Amino acid sequence: MKLHELAHGRTGDKGDTSNISIIAYRAEDFDRLLAEISAERVAAYLNQPTSAVSRYVLPQLCAMNFVLKGALKGGVTRSLALDAHGKCLSSVLLEMSLTSDSA
Amino acid sequence: MNPFRIGCGAGFQGDRIAPAADLADRGALDVLVFECLAERTIALAQKARLDDPDAGYDPLLERRLRATLPGCAKHGTKIITNMGAANPGAAAKKARAIVADLGLSLKVAMVTGDDVSDQIADFILDETKQPASTLGQRMVSANAYIGVSGIVEALAQGADIVICGRASDPALFLAPLVHHFGWAMDDYEKLGRGTLIGHLLECSAQITGGYFADPGVKDVPDLANIGFPLAEVTADGNAVVTKLANTGGIVTPATCTEQLLYEIHDPARYLQPDVVADFSQVTFEAIGKDRVAVRGATGQPPTGQLKVSVAYRDGWQGEGQISYMGSNARARADLARLILDQRLTASDIDERLGHLIGSEEETRLRYTARCTSAATARLIGEEVESLYLCGPAAGGGVSKSVREIIAIASTLMPSQRVQLRADILGVNHEAA
Repeated sequence: MKLHELAHGRTGDKGDTSNISIIAYRAEDFDRLLAEISAERVAAYLNQPTSAVSRYVLPQLCAMNFVLKGALKGGVTRSLALDAHGKCLSSVLLEMSLTSDSA
Repeated sequence: MNPFRIGCGAGFQGDRIAPAADLADRGALDVLVFECLAERTIALAQKARLDDPDAGYDPLLERRLRATLPGCAKHGTKIITNMGAANPGAAAKKARAIVADLGLSLKVAMVTGDDVSDQIADFILDETKQPASTLGQRMVSANAYIGVSGIVEALAQGADIVICGRASDPALFLAPLVHHFGWAMDDYEKLGRGTLIGHLLECSAQITGGYFADPGVKDVPDLANIGFPLAEVTADGNAVVTKLANTGGIVTPATCTEQLLYEIHDPARYLQPDVVADFSQVTFEAIGKDRVAVRGATGQPPTGQLKVSVAYRDGWQGEGQISYMGSNARARADLARLILDQRLTASDIDERLGHLIGSEEETRLRYTARCTSAATARLIGEEVESLYLCGPAAGGGVSKSVREIIAIASTLMPSQRVQLRADILGVNHEAA
């Protein structure tokens, strides 16, 4: 199962820092996402150093916010990437596979 | 007391104008805000002002005002905007001419003081760890993200249209709330709540179903006719976010939650000029069709430092693209990339990127590089274009571009160093 089936999200950028929200569609899935989608896992999936990724949790909104420092190759002003803002990153992250399938 | 109705008519410089005109016409708003400045916009505007002293403000200012002023005049809606960019004085003068041309009688104010380029020299830049003065002639602009005080002062003077340059985006929305409700500047709970309303609205359609649709998963009705948002704010600083009837889009707790976290780092510490807003306990409740109740923000005293963005010239980016289709398309595109690697050997290419976009049957090569000189940057597109004759078989559809890179560095400046002023045009100040 892909994360995309249980959650949605949005990417924002400030300078060279990207942030990606991951929001559960259903409250009953949130604990599972909280357990599986750690900052370390997100860092590994998006090829970022573990120390550069922080996670903030808003349980009342079933939401997590991942902050990725230095993830944008200099940010929108310097990056040579086609998507210099990193707008696509939330959809890239939603392709992550969940490790255990619930019954 | 009726709720205060505040709408967003633009979330970036290139935003759509028709939904703003609709909001002005049918929204019965107290205030309409246009947020049109991204990090680099003011530097590009400053470059324009260097070429023409009457330029340097938002190029769409006239179109936006002409489209929305009739509706705003009908409802007594005040306009607040950062479309002044690098030249609020010239923008205000233009706005006053448009007001007169439309036969309206409205007071136009400008807020200045965000330009701190004359006092930035000794401040150490976060990115380079060097004082700003080391940028020398490469520096284009330095602007502080100002808070609400100048805008509140302009409103207190009776302004109907307030034009500023670099302000914190939420401050454009917080300022009229502070003015209307008489919130004290040490009532951090209210300032935090007003900041949340500003943060939710400042990207226009991003809370009404824009930047959201995912067909079959997150469907948005009539996205083509998406409406822009408004908030109905009560004196306690809580609000209902909604949009006009008979517009496309949706307002739901899901759209609100995505926008709550957009460009936010620690939700408990959103640093603003007038408050450190705390969004960590915010809740959203659907209370009707496209109506979401927003509650639970608070705040702490501000840090006493303003963020300053320093823009500087940082070389040139050149780019070219070419397409290959049909048999062996990907291999031909890859061969083109290798040829460019061999031909483009100028020593002032600092970084390059060649990559293939598309499928096996239709592949587009994008080749781009950051260069010290404009001449080398131009060469990138020229070498891509010459692949027509001197490259692999059947390459077509070349595009090429060159742009000057304006980089942004940031620093912090004590708030008291930044002196703001508000002037009503033709009353106590004549814009130069």
